[in-house]
Amino acid sequence: MKTKAAIKPSRYFHTKALFALSAMLFMIAAIASSFRSKEDDPFKKAGKQTINKDSIESVKAFASVYKVLMSPRCMNCHPAGDVPLQGDDSHLHTMLPKRGTDGTGVYAMKCANCHQETNTPGLHTPPGNPKWHLPPADMKMVFQGKTPHELAKQLMDPNQNGHKNLQQLIEHASDTLVLAGWNPGEGRTLPPLSHKEFKKAWITWLTKGGYAPAPKPQ
Amino acid sequence: MANLTLNINNKEYRLDADPQMPLLWAIRDLAGLKGTKYGCGVAQCGACVVHMDSEAVRSCVTRVSRAAGKKIVTIEGLSENNNHPVQQAWQQIDVPQCGYCHSGQIMSAAVLLRDNPNPSDADIDDAMAGNICRCGTYLRIRKAIHLAAEMQQKTANG
Repeated sequence: MKTKAAIKPSRYFHTKALFALSAMLFMIAAIASSFRSKEDDPFKKAGKQTINKDSIESVKAFASVYKVLMSPRCMNCHPAGDVPLQGDDSHLHTMLPKRGTDGTGVYAMKCANCHQETNTPGLHTPPGNPKWHLPPADMKMVFQGKTPHELAKQLMDPNQNGHKNLQQLIEHASDTLVLAGWNPGEGRTLPPLSHKEFKKAWITWLTKGGYAPAPKPQ
Repeated sequence: MANLTLNINNKEYRLDADPQMPLLWAIRDLAGLKGTKYGCGVAQCGACVVHMDSEAVRSCVTRVSRAAGKKIVTIEGLSENNNHPVQQAWQQIDVPQCGYCHSGQIMSAAVLLRDNPNPSDADIDDAMAGNICRCGTYLRIRKAIHLAAEMQQKTANG
């Protein structure tokens, strides 16, 4: 038969052990949580934007986004090679200016040597913007030749989209260089949607989850 | 019209000009420096290249208002005695035929050699592809740039 004295230490041991174990688990969880990068999830930085994931709405909106991004006004400065494209037929830029390390050109062939802060008057003259440039060599952000699936994936990947989180992606729709696509200068067609329509589709795509359309079957 | 001050070849020019006026007009017609040439007027040929804060801008599409407060260098101011290595190499190789495009060619080549003292043929193509020569002096231009690079290196090495 067990005595009272024999039971007490055992009960005392279990209670203390459980308390210590709980405390340890809490500390481990807290430490592990502090090591988790916020960059892991772009939606963490969404700020005021409400995330209400809906893959169908998101993919539907991206169809409109894709049409704009693949139009010459956007794609011409996101070429697959190191020479920008030009014109509504997206031919290689005459004079073959090169991207350079930072995307602003090389030597005597810097973008801003011809592209002024505003459009130059006249038909097919150099369009202008104070920030005229290509993406840099270490993150080319290529649009040319990308499928909707590939482009959506690329745009959502901070390691391929210029290190942009969701909020920065949303803000990018109002960047002056993006807006320049809707003020392209004489002789150039506009993107297929108005900027307002594009921005709405862009934000819908992102805030509904930034889903990529399914890849086409091989 | 507006009163603008341009610094061209280290000299201050006070000009009464429309701010939208091309810099080339101001250089040639108001400052009276005729070395820089008009070719196409739409930044396609490179005849009008001058240096603006050390970059080889096309003065035919650069508004004079953009140039105000910046340092402009034209072919007349590239060197004190026409002895910039590029100018010397141009003379030695006898590069020009008609010569019309060559102030622009030389200004572009000078920027190339500043940024890359020992350019390859590919580097020269990258830098000079925007300067058109209707006489087709491209081979002599390339040869002269290589020679200018050698001259520059010899000068640098004492």
